[in-house]
Amino acid sequence: MPAPAITAEGLVKIYKSRKNEVHALDGIDLEVAEGTVLGLLGPNGAGKTTAVRILATLLKPDAGRATVAGFDVVRQPDEIRRLIGLSGQYAAVDENLTGRENLWLFGRLYKLPSPKARARADELLDQFDLTDAADRVVKTYSGGMRRRLDLAAALIANPRLLILDEPTTGLDPRSRLGMWDVIRELVRSGATLLLTTQYLEEADELADTIAVVDHGKIIARGTADELKAQVGGERIEVIVHDKTVLADARAVLARGGDDVTIDDHTRRLTVPAHGGAQSLVGVVRDFDEAGFRIDDIALRRPTLDDVFLSLTGHVAEVESENSKETTAGRAR
Amino acid sequence: MTAPATAATTPAPAGSRQSAITDSLLIGWRNLKRIPRIPELAAFAIIQSIMFVLLFVYVFGGAIAIAGPGNYVDFLMPGIFAQTIVFAAGTTAIGMTDDISKGIVDRFRSLPMSHSAVLTGRTFADVIYNGGILIVLMVTGFVVGWRVDSLPNLLIGYALLLFFAYGMTWLGVFLGMNVPTVEVAQQVIFTVLFPITFISNVFVPLPTLPEWLQPIAEWNPTSTLTATLRELWGNPNPIQSDSLAGQEPALVTIGWVIAFIVVFGPLAVRRYRRLSR
Repeated sequence: MPAPAITAEGLVKIYKSRKNEVHALDGIDLEVAEGTVLGLLGPNGAGKTTAVRILATLLKPDAGRATVAGFDVVRQPDEIRRLIGLSGQYAAVDENLTGRENLWLFGRLYKLPSPKARARADELLDQFDLTDAADRVVKTYSGGMRRRLDLAAALIANPRLLILDEPTTGLDPRSRLGMWDVIRELVRSGATLLLTTQYLEEADELADTIAVVDHGKIIARGTADELKAQVGGERIEVIVHDKTVLADARAVLARGGDDVTIDDHTRRLTVPAHGGAQSLVGVVRDFDEAGFRIDDIALRRPTLDDVFLSLTGHVAEVESENSKETTAGRAR
Repeated sequence: MTAPATAATTPAPAGSRQSAITDSLLIGWRNLKRIPRIPELAAFAIIQSIMFVLLFVYVFGGAIAIAGPGNYVDFLMPGIFAQTIVFAAGTTAIGMTDDISKGIVDRFRSLPMSHSAVLTGRTFADVIYNGGILIVLMVTGFVVGWRVDSLPNLLIGYALLLFFAYGMTWLGVFLGMNVPTVEVAQQVIFTVLFPITFISNVFVPLPTLPEWLQPIAEWNPTSTLTATLRELWGNPNPIQSDSLAGQEPALVTIGWVIAFIVVFGPLAVRRYRRLSR
């Protein structure tokens, strides 16, 4: 059995300011087997990026130890830098260079000879659908193009180990799907991947195992299915038109013996959907027979919010911009 | 945590000196490439300096009397060049802060490249950039009547200015890494560099300053550089004191530049390594 590509034991990082101490990481253990994908899932400020920065040798831990490809992150950063590709909110590309210039520069800094760096840049520009924009200054790129270039920069030296920090945050749904395809392709080719994300859906799509991070600690780990099972699987949400039927509607939904939650203010009822879409059809039929007018009904998959709610008892504190995206993702 | 921190940065792969030079050149290339892409930056640096020339020649020129031969333009221009080069530290600082805050420095730090190349590459590129701005300014000077008495000495003076710029860029790199945002960098530059250029012999002859301020102004690197250039080019250089700074301004200037490099170079590299704190 090969050594794990990434290990971390009891990683602690504390940011001190005059008034208080923030435990960005409060004792994190990780292990990523070679050729697998670990998704680090959590809201902004959970400590995901701090963990990634430590593993990418950009930051030193205050306690604990970590290895990447068998090298110690504190004592052997140079060896690690030669082996990993990093892409994310913190490792940027140069806005005032063209896409091609960026890739050539990073290739050269990875010690590729100039012609080889040029060839590799062309190859990646083609692979990431950036050939038409290759000679434009990155300032003019869209968010999606910039992320693709950023990922291409991480791939210049064909690293077997990739660290991607929130590769799709801020992308529109179409660009996000495109990014997923690219990442899946990388995984198929055998790369080991550490990925951070705020979206359960993304971790679900891309990761073999998921570690949920909150307040600098890992609060749950497992496969996507295991996590979803903890949350309780799919559920049906109904919004009735008339507030006065809420109690009766609840009685109808509770027939199966499930807990029904009610939100009086939004006239919303929520019930577990054991039979998926079939359960939804059942509810529609029952409500129709009972004569309850329905404003909205949907089958809802567990979201990051649900995972958090069930694991921590508090709703994920996501910035407003991102919570909008979470909502959009849910609607899909 | 100090022991592992130093251990982490010492082991260097074989042939790392070669790679340090290549990496510095690559970073320098990257910084130079950016200049025409942000033309406003260079344009305003030049306009600002030209504005200083015009303001002082035509507004103050009549009021400030220069003892001995020569006119105010000849007196002023070497000082304007020196002032421009002192402000080179500002350009460097802002560029450095900008690179850190935009995450490009983190990208470089995640690459298997020389630790100091990000800094040396920037200092090289900024010296070339300032060399270009100086040429534009010199042409402006000729247009408003500035003259030198020897072409070889003009080139020697130009080389000295570039050497001085190199020292200043290290101050700039150090400042740039120690401030959180570009806005703060601008404030710091203003408060640090403005006195350095004004408490000097650039705009007025030293004897016009209060007595207690004269030694400070005389030893100011901006003054010694300006005095050196004036002597070199045959431009008026009113009464110098008997101090070393007054008698051997060239020597003192070179000493200053070496001091800047020796002090701020290692400090900047150390700060760069400590970005991982």
